[in-house]
Amino acid sequence: MSKLLNWVDARFPLTKLWNEHVGQYYTPKNFNFWYYFGSLALFILVSQILTGIWLTMSYNPTEEGAFASVEHIMRDVEWGWLIRYLHAVGASLFFVVIYLHMFRGLLYGSYKAPRELVWLLGMFIYVTLMAEAFFGYLLPWGQMSFWGAKVITELFGAIPVIGEDLVVWIRGDYGVSGATLNRFFALHVIAVPLIIVGLVVLHIMALHEVGSNNPDGIEIKKVKDNNGNPVDGVPFHPYFTVKDFFGLMVFLTIFSLIVFFFPEMGGYFLEHSNFDAANFLVTPEHIAPVWYFTPFYAMLRAVPHEFLGVVTMGAGVAIFFVLPWLDRCPVRSVRYRSNFYKWLLVVFAVTFVGLGVLGTLPVDPMLTVLARIFTAVYFLFFLLMPIYTSFEKTKPVPERVTD
Amino acid sequence: MMQRLLFLVLACGVGLVSASGHQFALDHAPINLRDKASLQRGAQLFANYCQGCHSLQFMRYRRLAEDSGMVDESGNVLTTLVKDNLMFSVDKIGDTMLTAMQADDAKKWFASIPPPDLSLTARKNGADWLYTYLRAFYKDETRPWGVNNAVFDNVAMPHVLVGLQGVQMPVYKENEHGKKVIEKLELQTPGLLPPEEYNKRVADLVNFLVYVSEPGQLTRQQIGVWVVMFLIVMSLLAYFLKRAYWKDVH
Repeated sequence: MSKLLNWVDARFPLTKLWNEHVGQYYTPKNFNFWYYFGSLALFILVSQILTGIWLTMSYNPTEEGAFASVEHIMRDVEWGWLIRYLHAVGASLFFVVIYLHMFRGLLYGSYKAPRELVWLLGMFIYVTLMAEAFFGYLLPWGQMSFWGAKVITELFGAIPVIGEDLVVWIRGDYGVSGATLNRFFALHVIAVPLIIVGLVVLHIMALHEVGSNNPDGIEIKKVKDNNGNPVDGVPFHPYFTVKDFFGLMVFLTIFSLIVFFFPEMGGYFLEHSNFDAANFLVTPEHIAPVWYFTPFYAMLRAVPHEFLGVVTMGAGVAIFFVLPWLDRCPVRSVRYRSNFYKWLLVVFAVTFVGLGVLGTLPVDPMLTVLARIFTAVYFLFFLLMPIYTSFEKTKPVPERVTD
Repeated sequence: MMQRLLFLVLACGVGLVSASGHQFALDHAPINLRDKASLQRGAQLFANYCQGCHSLQFMRYRRLAEDSGMVDESGNVLTTLVKDNLMFSVDKIGDTMLTAMQADDAKKWFASIPPPDLSLTARKNGADWLYTYLRAFYKDETRPWGVNNAVFDNVAMPHVLVGLQGVQMPVYKENEHGKKVIEKLELQTPGLLPPEEYNKRVADLVNFLVYVSEPGQLTRQQIGVWVVMFLIVMSLLAYFLKRAYWKDVH
């Protein structure tokens, strides 16, 4: 066996890569619950790709055949129902994991120097993931698939001058049709997954270049032992391979509970109106995007102007990109920041969830007022950050990790 | 502050629902997919009363027969039994449960809205909706078929089961906004079946439609029990393994 390894190592840096990124990659030993979600996200990515491949074997990407092919998968294909549920539930859980993964970054200042690029690459992955989910959602060709795609592609028409032509170019037709379905299929199955995988590789490389942050927000590389390894670090393998394996088992238990007992999740993972085939003559009573888009959808509806609403929605996502430069506090972790900032984070989380809930509900005058308040709070959290973070009363940061 | 915000959001939601207007209260449908006799009765009702207009384009006769017990001791499908009782428009046991009504005729007879396929209606509207709908027809001389429906206003469907249920009349009341709405329905002319018996037959039909909407439901849940139990054991083992490795840390 070692002979084979030597043969490979003479031609490809296999052992070197293993040591650099796994076997001798020193990771802070005080990782907590919030640090499971990176490896879980990677697992879900692999799961979505594998279940996606098998779905593609039986799926028919045409206007006439798409809806029926999904039912064919559910009923006739051996284990097709399981592959379909794993993919649909996996998509929603992907966003649950990613939002928690991002929130960890907010909690512990993981976006601060020297990890700004890790954060930026992560944000690019997030936006790409949203595109991937949007393209994928049209594929079952249900009522919500069709009308959701119609509403969202229509938004591009709000861009001045080029808007109308842009919408036709995106759709491949004057309305959402088989042409749109075919190209969304191509994008969803190969183009965007390739981009995501590439970005994930870069994201992990950027992380490994500077080393992981930790719940105390201190640099473990500052204090090293006689071998040159951080005293507050442990090698990723076996410590975090075994810990993340435990995290994975717990996650799979929850995943399975949902897949086998509540795959529709009350209409939030598999929407009820999507069990009707697409019909361009019948508008559903209530068009709403899937739950993971609803915070931004609520912002779009809160602004009483089509183009400005689109801009606001885009800004809601884009503002995350500049977070490393908005936060002027020298302390990374929320553990040693002011009580004021701790409460602000809670307010931000409530605002984000509140916007998400509002985005699922039909339009209502009272709720629109609430959506506007939440949107204002959301943006002020970021825009006022350079000011209020400059004057924070922080606590002394320890030299060594505290777990 | 967090709690007050949460309460405000929830209160708005509740306020919205009650302000959206009167909705006829849905009864709870007694669903039991393990009751194979019920599934068979539901299939029989469907074939005899519904399939004249409605198809179940994703449901194969063979699968229905296997899952609802229309098999002999060795588990072979009783093809002749199925053909005699349930197959009026197709020939082969592997065929899907299509309707004999032609699409062009359907468009002509139903003012361009052909009777929809019902394969996924139970997933789309829910069992309670279907169960209440099938029992909520009432006499309405202003409608083309002479009936209306308290759950689905101005529905284009005739009351196919009127012979079994009898004729109902609406009892109106005024809601909070002073609008006249249906409070309940009363049986004016009895049908062939007494109300409790009719409700049971409808329950069979809805049970059958719930099965059709996802034939693999029971299997899914049965496998799920084993999968989740296995993963709970794995999680425990994984935890102890993690603890063993991490003992020398901290």
